[in-house]
Amino acid sequence: MTQSTLTRKIWMALTGLFLCFFLIIHLLGNLQLLIPGPASKEQFNAYSQLLSGNIIIKIIAYILYASIIAHVVYAIIITVMNTRTRNVKYHYDKRGNLSKWYTRNMGVLGTIIFIFLVIHFRDFWYVYKFGELPLDEHGHKDLYTLVITVYSELWYVVIYVICMIALCYHLIHGFFSAARTLGLYHPKYVRWIRILGWVYSVGICAGFAFIPVYVHFLK
Amino acid sequence: MRLRLKIWRQESNEITGRMESYELKEVNEEMSFLEMLDVLNEQLMQQGIRPVEFDHDCREGICGQCGVMINGEPHGPLQNTTTCQLHMRTFRDGEEIYIEPFRALAFPVKCDLKIDRSAFDRIIQSGGFISVDTGQAPEANSTRIPVPVAESAFDSAACIGCGACVAACKNTSAALFTSAKITHLAKLPQGKTEAQERVLHMVAQMDAEGFGHCTNTEACEAACPQEISVLNIARMNWEFNKAHIMRK
Repeated sequence: MTQSTLTRKIWMALTGLFLCFFLIIHLLGNLQLLIPGPASKEQFNAYSQLLSGNIIIKIIAYILYASIIAHVVYAIIITVMNTRTRNVKYHYDKRGNLSKWYTRNMGVLGTIIFIFLVIHFRDFWYVYKFGELPLDEHGHKDLYTLVITVYSELWYVVIYVICMIALCYHLIHGFFSAARTLGLYHPKYVRWIRILGWVYSVGICAGFAFIPVYVHFLK
Repeated sequence: MRLRLKIWRQESNEITGRMESYELKEVNEEMSFLEMLDVLNEQLMQQGIRPVEFDHDCREGICGQCGVMINGEPHGPLQNTTTCQLHMRTFRDGEEIYIEPFRALAFPVKCDLKIDRSAFDRIIQSGGFISVDTGQAPEANSTRIPVPVAESAFDSAACIGCGACVAACKNTSAALFTSAKITHLAKLPQGKTEAQERVLHMVAQMDAEGFGHCTNTEACEAACPQEISVLNIARMNWEFNKAHIMRK
């Protein structure tokens, strides 16, 4: 089936917005790492166990995997098709003055995020699902200790924070662009969405970046 | 003022082009950019060199014929201005100026700075119109349009089809051009009847012409001499989504 340029963008927007929604849930779960004392370990491990056993969470997880794959595949298709629309480059190109750098480099930012995701899945998701994790005193898989161990490496924390900055810029443009693609054209709500997008993106990424820094230096 | 010009020379679409350097010794800063090119062409003809071909018509900023890439920006460094309304006082004495045609596979170069923009014509033909009954003119007040609606539709209709949006876009998207016409007609009662087919046909034609995907960088609005708003693109997306959901 041949899709139009607009249909491909709609798929980018819908999958992207689903991933935005997922990030909120993910961050809320991660905030349990900030609870002081041994309660943090108990609650975080219990929460992980709860998620892995729940059928609704399982369905959401499959939508999540599908969204990541679709978002990446459509991004590649759109990028390849866009590069084929012009065969001679400008000898002198100052078009960078006309738009913000991160709006033009969503692919680069997305690639950074994708590499981060691969590392992230290998370190936590794969180990939890398919690896041999020791159990804690309540009989839950001890994901907490794994997270604390990984975050004790300074280089990992640095990479984590850099990736969150890339994610932040990706979200700022992505969130607002998705609203545009879905057809939000009223000037007042366009303004609101832009502000909401900023608050959301900075909030999510600052939250995610704060956790490893806090764990590294204070736990 | 003295100027060093680097201009794209290409005899026809079949022959590959190249940048050529020229020097102008006496340029009046009150000249428009196109008048400067006229002076260059006179100089070239006296030297027996083929003059530089470029498109122009009204030379007062309303026909949309004269767009070229000047120092890496569509219509040059001055915001919201057509090439013909750009004056040499914007440039410094001794400055090097790069002049290139708008680049897009959908806009093949005909000669030097002249490009074929008939892709835009075909997009308009595919749906940028309203169907009216022939016969006597209807009573003028039978279709009442409030002034704010008329003004807002006119803001979209102000597009002169110069192609700067396509040239400015990193994806060579024609979304701003196409959406300006779709929005212009969607805002008016006369355009509502055919709104659904219009948006589907025009988007299909835009894709068929080989323009890229809009990624909302908003470079098009910044380059547009008529300040056509990117919200037109959002309105096109809305109309497109609505048409897709509602169509039988």
